[in-house]
This record gives sequence, structure tokens and C-alpha cells, in this order.
Amino acid sequence: MVPISYYLVLSAVLFGLGVVAFVIKRNIITIFMAIELMLNAVNLAFVAFARAWNQLDGLVFVFFVIVVAAAEAAVGLAIVITIMQNRDTLNVERVNSLKF
Amino acid sequence: MEFVTQHAVLVVSLVKIAVLLFVVMTALAYLTWFERKVVARIQSRWGPYYVGAHGLLQPLADGLKFLFKEDVTPPAADKLLYVMAPFLALALALTALALIPFGPPSVQVLGQSVFIVANSNIGLLFLFAITSIGVYGVALAGWSSNSKYPLLGGLRSSAQMISYEVSLTLSVVGVLLLAGSFSFNGIIASQAGYYHHANFIPRWYVIPQIVGFLCYITAAIAETNRIPFDLPEAETELVAGFHTEYSSFKFAMFFMAEYANMITVSCLATILFFGGWLSPFPDTWTWQLYLPGALLILTGIYCGYDTVREMRGIAQLQFAVVTLLALGIGVICLIPAVMPVIQGLFWFVAKVVCFLFFYVWIRGTLPRFRYDQLMSFGWKLLLPVSLANLVATAFVLAVRHG
Amino acid sequence: MSLPLIVFFICALIAVVGAILLIVSREPIHSALSLILVMMALAVLYLLLGAEFIAAVQIIVYAGAIMVLFVFVIMVLNAGEEERTNWSRIAKFAGLPLGFFLLMWMAHWMADAAIGRTVANSGGGTTVAFSTVELSKLLFTKYLFPFEATSILILIAILGALVLAKREN
Repeated sequence: MVPISYYLVLSAVLFGLGVVAFVIKRNIITIFMAIELMLNAVNLAFVAFARAWNQLDGLVFVFFVIVVAAAEAAVGLAIVITIMQNRDTLNVERVNSLKF
Repeated sequence: MEFVTQHAVLVVSLVKIAVLLFVVMTALAYLTWFERKVVARIQSRWGPYYVGAHGLLQPLADGLKFLFKEDVTPPAADKLLYVMAPFLALALALTALALIPFGPPSVQVLGQSVFIVANSNIGLLFLFAITSIGVYGVALAGWSSNSKYPLLGGLRSSAQMISYEVSLTLSVVGVLLLAGSFSFNGIIASQAGYYHHANFIPRWYVIPQIVGFLCYITAAIAETNRIPFDLPEAETELVAGFHTEYSSFKFAMFFMAEYANMITVSCLATILFFGGWLSPFPDTWTWQLYLPGALLILTGIYCGYDTVREMRGIAQLQFAVVTLLALGIGVICLIPAVMPVIQGLFWFVAKVVCFLFFYVWIRGTLPRFRYDQLMSFGWKLLLPVSLANLVATAFVLAVRHG
Repeated sequence: MSLPLIVFFICALIAVVGAILLIVSREPIHSALSLILVMMALAVLYLLLGAEFIAAVQIIVYAGAIMVLFVFVIMVLNAGEEERTNWSRIAKFAGLPLGFFLLMWMAHWMADAAIGRTVANSGGGTTVAFSTVELSKLLFTKYLFPFEATSILILIAILGALVLAKREN
């Protein structure tokens, strides 16, 4: 017997940790991973709600989130590679000028 | 006894896991022997010969050698990942086998079917899930060794495995469309029966999905890092690729993982395209029931002849044991109560062995690809062809069902 | 304690520990691995909730494709250790307690509200799984337009990645 609220609390905790990681990490790739962590936390909430109301729509949303995350990862990592080629660093604090 | 009847699922599952692990480990060991023997014959050599009769104890000797060698960890390695990588590779490779049905679900003990460990509704998806994580074992081994050849090997392998996984998955979707099920038992059950006009040709998916099958087998060889797609461990370029720095039993674990993956993809090909545990002959041909026993007894007689004529000394004793085993199991297979039970298992194993032979045959025949050829082959030929196959299958199904 | 609850707590623990490891570890590749740990734990939770298809997709796409891409990029760029962040004083003395308080408040609210009392897993550990067939029907009828739109999104993403990663020479 697992109440829905347990899943939601876990989802909130994971999302919070994702936010913390997003704020305090300095490596672009790790920051990117923090975003993925937040997306995952949201997915958990979606699936939990889908189960609570026995509706499949929540699962469809998770499906879309995963697809969009995949597209985002492809573009994002391409950007990371470009930054690495141009600036020779992955530290976001060093990538602070608009023009190089 | 009360415990057993109350927790039938748990007890039966544990027994099945133990038996499967034992059988698979033995099969892995003898697969290396099989491969060395077949490749040797292709190259006009004898292969392993000195340890045991016909080199039959060679796998044991190899295993002992790996156990007793010094286990070196490079000082610059990332210790945790370095140790974790081979375990990950082997564990995932063995887990995948739990999803494979080795025989019909109708054979049951305590209400649990005997020939499958984890009967899942979405078995195929889970199998793909497990194989898709398999890449980490190789990639992490390459990274954590902190050395240039393993890194290159790891990079190559992760690129290769991601690329070919796409084709692997897409080539199978045609079968999924025809079967309408993710579960292995469902896919096999939908292949039962024979064609209308030629009622001796089974309705296996290899006939309508021949293109898909060819794509699958190509992608599967690439996915398991075998020749001609063994770029990640190309010894002429990268020493030994991702496992250059590994020694002793950790090296053996990578080796075992590779062979376990070979068995998994062979099982998958058998299930998806060759009807799994279904017999190729119509039910009315009742003589096929005697086939497993008869084949084993014939093997036994041949081995016995060999024992008497060719073997000398300790080898003679060993081969006599093999002979007795073959004859004994053959006779057991002919007992009327056992006969129907082992039919499915026999056909499944026979088909898988054919695929394994095919694997070894390819290894003995084809040269290695160049890396750019590998990539352009995967993306520019294999992927479009499997996509076209998928579209064509969907189109035909749509037309047929109106 | 029932079996689903035990499984839930084990997976929740793994997920939270994984997320903390993501923050704590200095090497990007360790962060990536801990994120994979979180994803696996979540996949098990999806199974517990009866969403088999989503669990499999979670592993295949997230752990098997997206994270492999991350690991691949980390390996290619040879991203080394990360420089330490200097925690600002406000973050330490105001941010952390406030965040913790917010979390507790939210948990309290959830446990209190009507939704919190809805039980996700009935006793005995068996949840009727969501039907994959129904899911696909929904995807191709009610959500057909978003579905097609994502295919265009992916196409654009491929083109974008190609344009970005292509060297100008």
C-alpha cells in the first residue's frame, strides 16, 4: 500500500535536488544533467497521478517529455562541444562574454 | 514442504535462476571451445587438443589460468569504475537471458512454467532495455583505465553500439507489427501453423520479414562487437581496445559477457524469426518426437567408436565419460513421459546452436571493417533499409486489414 | 510493511542518494553515473505503478541513449575535475533552511490533502498494469497532433545538432 503522496514527496525531493545541482554546479555538462534530473522528477509525478486517477493521459505526457528530453540532449550536447572548441573550458563562469 | 507450496513463485524462480546460471556458465565455457575448434577447422588447424580429449578440458584450464593470474589495477585508473565495469558488463549480459523462454509455457511445475525465468508482458522491450545499458560496461572500462588505447576503444564502442542499436530495434518492429505482442511467448505462439498451400512450410517470420532478419543479424553482430564489426577491440589498431588494461578474472568477465551477449542475440533471432521452441515439422510427423534421443544416441555411438579407436590413456577415460553421458541422456530422452517435455527445448537449443555456428563461421570468413565504413554502413545502408522494411510491413498490414 | 512499500522505500532511497551523489561528486562522469542510478530507480518505481511501457522507455531512451550521449561527450571532451563553487553566505544561512522548510511544508500539505490519501498500489503487491495497446491508441488518436509535432521537433533537433557540431573548414 503506497499512497500517492509518497511518490509526490519523492518527486519533489528529486526536483529540489535537481534545482540545487543546477544552481551550484559549474560544469556545463553537469548543469545539463541537473535539468534531466528535474525532468525525471516531473515524470515520476506524472506517472503517480496517472495511477491515482487511472488515466493514461499522464503516461502520454511522460512519453512526450522523454522525447523532448532526447531532442534537447542532442542539441544541448552539440552546443557543449562547440563551447569546448571555442573557449577550451566547460566552466560556465568562464563563458560569460557574449563575444569572443 | 509447506513453505515450498506457499511460496511457489519464489522457490521455483530461485531454482530456475540457479539452474539457468549453471547451464549458461557451462555453455559460455564450451562456446569458447566450440569457437576455437570451428575457426581452427576453417583455417585448417586442429585447435585446442592437448588438455583433455579433443581439448574438452581446455575451458577449465583457461578458467583456472585466469583465476590464478595477478590482478593488476593501473595506478592512474579510476578505481571504483575500473572494478565496476566488468561486473556491470557480465551482470547485464546474464540478466538478459532471464527473459528468454527456452521452451513452451505449458510445461509447468507448481503452477510455474519451467522454461522461462521472468515471464513479462513486455519481454522484448525489457531485453532491449538491458542490452541498451550494456554499452556502459564497455564505455566505462575504456574511460576508467585512464590510458589512450582503452579510451579510444571505449569511444568507438559506445558510438558503434548507439548507432547499431537503432537499426537493431527498427528491424524487429516489423515482427512486432505482425505479432501484435511484446511478450516472447506471444510472438512465438503467433508463428505456429503452416502455410495454406504448402502445408509443410512453417509460418515463421523469417519468410515475410527476410529483410528485417538480415538487418537484425547484421546489427546484432555489430552490437556484440564481433568480427567484422569488432572495431572497439581491433588488436591491430588498439592493442585490445577497451580491455587492454584488464587482467586476470576481470578480463575473463568481459570475455564471458561478450559470449553471453552472443547467446542472447542468437536466442532473440530464434524467437523472433525462427519460431522459438516450435518444431519445423507438422504435428502429424510423429517420428520427430524420437529425434532428440536418436541424435544423442548416434552422437554417443560415434564418440564410443572414437574412444575405442583413437583415444589412449587418460583421454580415453575422459571420452568414455562423454560417450556414457550422451548415451544416457539420449535414452532418457526416449522415455515416453520425458519425450514431449524436451521437444521445445531441443528445437530451441538446436536453432540457437545453428546461429552460434553462423557467428563463428562469419568470424572465420570476413575481414574487419574500417571505422568510417562501419559508420556509413550503419547509418546510410542498414538504417534506411530497416526503416523501409518497417514502412512496407505497416503498409501491407494496413491494406490487408482494410 | 507490505512488499510494495518496501520496494518503494528502497528505490526512493537509491534515487535520493543518486541525486545527492550527482551534486557531491567532482568528476562529471561520476555525476552521469549517479544520474543513471536515479533513472534506474525511477524505472523500478514506474513498474511498481504499473506503467510497464514507460519503465522500459525510461531505460531505453534515458539511460540507454541520452545518458550514453552524455558519457560519450564527457569522454570525447575529456572533461576533468570540476572547480569548487564558493558557497555564498546567503545560500548557506537562508537558502538551505528555507528550501528545507518549503519541502516539509509541501510534504505536509500533500499528506493532508485529499490526493494524499489515494492509494497507488493496492495490497498484495499486484497493480493492474496500464495497457500498452490503450496507450498507443491514445497516442494515435487524441494526441495525434502533438505526436506528429514531436517528430518535426526531433527532425529540427537533428539538423540543429548537425549544424552546431559541424566544423567550419
